[in-house]
Amino acid sequence: MAEHNFAIPMAVITLFWLFVGGVVPLFVPKGPNRGVIVTMLVLTAVSCYLFWLIAILAQLNPLFGPALSNDTIWYLQYHWP
Amino acid sequence: MGSLFRSEEVCLAQLFLQSGSAYDCISELGELGLVEFRDLNPSVNAFQRKFVNEIKRSEDMERILGYLLREIKKADIALPEDEVNPVAPLPKHVMDIMEQLQRLELELSEVTRNKEKLQKNLLELTEYTHMLRITQNFVHRNAERESVQPQYEEFPFLEKDVVMDYSSMQRLGAKLGFISGLIQRAKIEAFERMLWRVCKGYTILSYAEIDECLQDPYTGEPTRSVVFLISYWGDQIGQKVKKICDCYHCHLYPYPNSNEERADVVDGLRTRIQDLHTVLHRTEDYLKQVLNKASESVYTWGIQVKKMKAIYHILNLCSFDVTNKCLIAEVWCPVNDLPALRRALEEGSRKSGATVPSFVNRIPSNDTPPTLIRTNKFTSGFQNIVDAYGVGSYREVNPAPYTIITFPFLFAVMFGDIGHGVIMALFALWMVLYENDRKLKKTRNEIWNTFFEGRYIILMMGIFSVYTGFIYNDCFSKSLNLFGSGWNVTAMFSHGLWKMETLQSNSFLTLDPKVTGVFTGPYPLGIDPIWNLASNRLSFLNSYKMKMSVILGIIHMSFGLVLGVFNHLHFRRKYSLYLVFLPELLFLLCLFGYLVFMIVCKWLAFTALESDKAPSILIQFINMFIMQKDSGEPIYTGQAGLQVFLVLIAVLSVPVLLLGKPLYLYWLHKGRNHMGMYRGYERVRRSSEEEISLMRAHDLEEGTSLDSHSSSSDGQSEEVKCSRLSAHWFADLWALSLAHAQLSEVLWAMVMRVGLRVDTRVGVLFLVPIFGLFAVLTVSILLVMEGLSAFLHALRLHWVEFQNKVLQRRRHQVLTICLLLFCTQALRVHGLL
Repeated sequence: MAEHNFAIPMAVITLFWLFVGGVVPLFVPKGPNRGVIVTMLVLTAVSCYLFWLIAILAQLNPLFGPALSNDTIWYLQYHWP
Repeated sequence: MGSLFRSEEVCLAQLFLQSGSAYDCISELGELGLVEFRDLNPSVNAFQRKFVNEIKRSEDMERILGYLLREIKKADIALPEDEVNPVAPLPKHVMDIMEQLQRLELELSEVTRNKEKLQKNLLELTEYTHMLRITQNFVHRNAERESVQPQYEEFPFLEKDVVMDYSSMQRLGAKLGFISGLIQRAKIEAFERMLWRVCKGYTILSYAEIDECLQDPYTGEPTRSVVFLISYWGDQIGQKVKKICDCYHCHLYPYPNSNEERADVVDGLRTRIQDLHTVLHRTEDYLKQVLNKASESVYTWGIQVKKMKAIYHILNLCSFDVTNKCLIAEVWCPVNDLPALRRALEEGSRKSGATVPSFVNRIPSNDTPPTLIRTNKFTSGFQNIVDAYGVGSYREVNPAPYTIITFPFLFAVMFGDIGHGVIMALFALWMVLYENDRKLKKTRNEIWNTFFEGRYIILMMGIFSVYTGFIYNDCFSKSLNLFGSGWNVTAMFSHGLWKMETLQSNSFLTLDPKVTGVFTGPYPLGIDPIWNLASNRLSFLNSYKMKMSVILGIIHMSFGLVLGVFNHLHFRRKYSLYLVFLPELLFLLCLFGYLVFMIVCKWLAFTALESDKAPSILIQFINMFIMQKDSGEPIYTGQAGLQVFLVLIAVLSVPVLLLGKPLYLYWLHKGRNHMGMYRGYERVRRSSEEEISLMRAHDLEEGTSLDSHSSSSDGQSEEVKCSRLSAHWFADLWALSLAHAQLSEVLWAMVMRVGLRVDTRVGVLFLVPIFGLFAVLTVSILLVMEGLSAFLHALRLHWVEFQNKVLQRRRHQVLTICLLLFCTQALRVHGLL
């Protein structure tokens, strides 16, 4: 099982959605649809980031672990790193 | 900034149309689709309006066109369905079209009548031929026998069929009569029985079935007929037999007396049938020709007639002025389109060659204008689903642009599955790429049309479902392991907690996150794949999904509230800010915002080492309400005090919400009564008329909402909804997502796994139908059924939770502006295309 640093995904994903919601709207060409497109980008960024954040925060400090069958445990011991 | 965020400014305008150029001007306006006409003659009966004759004429033409189209369709001729958009015809051309249509109708009906007559004749002749042929067999049998066996002359009585021997009968002196004809096969037995009962053996019936099916001219269906020959003695019997034949609707034909006569008749019939066939062919060809010629212009005429009728309807809405030379019309026109309106009127005047041009004049009005929101093909779908709950009042904030993202997002939260999302997105992408294909656009299948209209919505839903599928880590009920799981099994062994014997003696073992090395960190993108292999998967997922539902729900509702602020500000209802928005927000945030805070707190503050001390949020929340002090250790210092404070604020904001606004308005009204004169001066001072109208609307609103139940019921149901929201959000977002995941898993376990477990040699063949079944069930149950279910729930959440906070519940029925460009749709709807 790989070591997971919390900081790297946090930084990468936050920056990504910040880019989508904050930087890309600046480059939307002026036209009748500019307002709608900017709204769409910002809302997408906010909702998708929030959804990912909830998922990762929920797993940050697990209070109980998964219950696996002995076959699964045997398999995981030998096949997962 | 598009008008999608708020409905457009619409003004009332008066059109002064020259009588001569009125028709052309309205035609121009109709082509552009700019304005909505108001009915200036509401008290006039439909039959007493000015242009009722013209409308009658156009309806006449529509009737003829309908008949023509039906005939064309019956003859299977293709209509040229190009995207033509012919302009409404001028009154002088209308007579031409009318004449042509009437001529076509006459011709067509004549030809059809002739054709029917000819076909009936043909049927009779054919039947007669059959009858003669078959009855010949009845008689021939005996004639043959006579000629074939001449050597048995010493036994004359045995060979001769006494009954059928014409000559012997004649010798007996009895009058033998024959009646022959055709009867439907279904009736022959009853006929025979009736004949026997009535005539008691004085008749003999022989019959034989015809091989081919003849077409019944009345019903057009092929029926089987039977040829019969009745031979009888005596006149009385003959009459009885004739009556019975009439009763059973037989077709009777004269029976030839001798063979020569029969041969003559047969020959004559044959030539006549041939002639008839030729004539019939020619008639049919001619009919086809006529229909072909008609089909070229029928489609165009149809549109033109519809447009003409619409123009006359609108002309009926206008009123004549005093001098009777000018038509006055009142229209609602968007302010931005006034120049276009002027140009259209000029164009119309020019086309009709009028000397005096028609013009437009903007007038102030107290009525609320209709709501106009311009949409393109992408946004129209979302605007439709927002409008389905209720159209916003004039100049209210439009929730549609936010719905473009939040609706697919909430759907995806309930649907999240990578595989299903991909299929849905691909299906929608196909519809979008081929949206200009005429066949797709013009089918009459209602259900397909619904899907096609919502193709952009489905596309967005599919794309978001792929994303949420990645976060839920669910692809056809299997998880993806892209980054390596955060849970380590070997650590349990290396720390000595488990040994091989524990594995052999226990069927299920739980990983303990307290042991170092077991949990190495959260999975970077979504839910850890190990949970897919765990048996206590649902305990983790349920807790996660419930909390996620609460958080998303509160945020969505708060967003709705904040949008409502813009409405309050725009309509200058500052008091609403303090008396409605603030209590609502406080109520929501103090109770449920605090709940969200506690959820996040619990996630961050308690590690696995303290897991036995972690409190249940639900119990803490309930205890907060009933103010129980000894509910265990607080999560943070000062928790008890803060909770009491928050509950107090929430409870206090309820009466403010319920009673604040009505009381304030009542107090205002009372005060204003004394200040009535002052108000008059204010009105004079105001320069722009719009301000006056706004002010008047303002006063109206205040006056009417005094003791009205509207505002109080507003607040009441808001509050009730707030307290019910937990049920909604828990139930829907979480439950549907759970149901989808479980259905997916069951389908996999019951169908695919069965196929994959079979031994390789047989399995390969076995897997093909199994996969077919899996695919069909996936599409029908998981995509269609679950998709529709999630769609409906997302819709309801948007309507009830979000839109109620944004829009006033004065649901103004007036909708967007519609005009003449509906013609093709109308034709299609009436089933003529």
